[in-house]
Amino acid sequence: MELILIFISAALVNNFVLAYFLGICPFVGVSNKTENALNMGLATTFVMTLTAAATWPIYYYILVPFNVPFLQYVAFIIIIAALVQFVEMYIRKASPSLYRALGIFLPLITTNCAVLGLALFMVLREYGFIESIIFGFATGVGFTLAIVMMSGIREELEFADIPKPFQGVSITLIIAGMMALAFMGFAGLIRG
Amino acid sequence: MANSLAREFTKGLWQEIPPFRLVLGLCPTLAVTNSAINGLAMGMATIFVLFFSNVLVSFIRRTISSQVRIPAYVVIIATLVTVADMFLAAVFPQISKALGPYIPLIVVNCIILGRAEAFAQKNSVLPTAADTLGIGTGFILSLTLMGGIREVLGFGSIFGVKLLGEWFEPWIIMILPAGAFLVFGGLVALVNYISSRKAAKAAEAAQAAHGM
Repeated sequence: MELILIFISAALVNNFVLAYFLGICPFVGVSNKTENALNMGLATTFVMTLTAAATWPIYYYILVPFNVPFLQYVAFIIIIAALVQFVEMYIRKASPSLYRALGIFLPLITTNCAVLGLALFMVLREYGFIESIIFGFATGVGFTLAIVMMSGIREELEFADIPKPFQGVSITLIIAGMMALAFMGFAGLIRG
Repeated sequence: MANSLAREFTKGLWQEIPPFRLVLGLCPTLAVTNSAINGLAMGMATIFVLFFSNVLVSFIRRTISSQVRIPAYVVIIATLVTVADMFLAAVFPQISKALGPYIPLIVVNCIILGRAEAFAQKNSVLPTAADTLGIGTGFILSLTLMGGIREVLGFGSIFGVKLLGEWFEPWIIMILPAGAFLVFGGLVALVNYISSRKAAKAAEAAQAAHGM
């Protein structure tokens, strides 16, 4: 039950993109085509789940026992960068077609603040190991949901007559604001 | 020399003002600007990390081989962020609490890595210092402006000082996430509008000069 709550909370109610403003850069940058958005979302979800699984033991079995939790930022970012690199190498070997489809998006996941944010929130909220993995996965699902919805809206927008100054980034952000309002409706699902 | 340094500095204030023009560093811009003071504090923390990390990068740009430069930059940045985080927690515990995990998230602020890649690794220390101070000041101004607008509309106050009277009904939406997106989208449009006006005027002037 607890795990389901964590999942719903991270994917819908406290959506990382729309409630915590994490991962805005790819959200604005890669949301112009639905296909790209979906690929980006899936790759990010994968990295996020792995990040949660990798940072948790390192924080609790290495940083805490040696009494150096202040090194967490340095440690986490190195883990994430290494992980992304590793995932990139693996995908290139295992499935060249997927590798080509993801292209430049893959290395860019390192600088997606949602991934580091996820590791930080995990420590802050003192999740257990299983909870952390669920949290990482749910955050990725929430990110995918937001970016795919946004790309769908933006594809329609190409036919809309938008005043010149509002074109591009501006209208995307205003739509994101409306999506954030809509997502607030999910707050009734759980308390706290 | 002084002239070119001044140019590096001032380009960050309008031409390349970070969140509006470069569209970098959006996460902190949106997340912590629910009041002017939070925006200001976030801007200060960012300029500290931006300035020292890029000056350092510029110093060691010839020693680091280009294959490992990104990890090297990231470690430098992460270390400085740890310093900033501990400093804030010790000296301004309240602000540190309000900003929460967004201080450590300066590590992945694209402005910093972006400047290191685009400017610091190709230029010597002085121009780098001018460039980062300009970009950083632009970032502080933008965040404070965002925070100010949202605080005035959402609470009717600025920097915690009551500005509007009892008659004012606060727009709760402005301090919610949705308000951040709306205000930022509006400001981007405004910046676009002003610069397209400027460009049109410049084109007109050029045409007039040509016609003579």
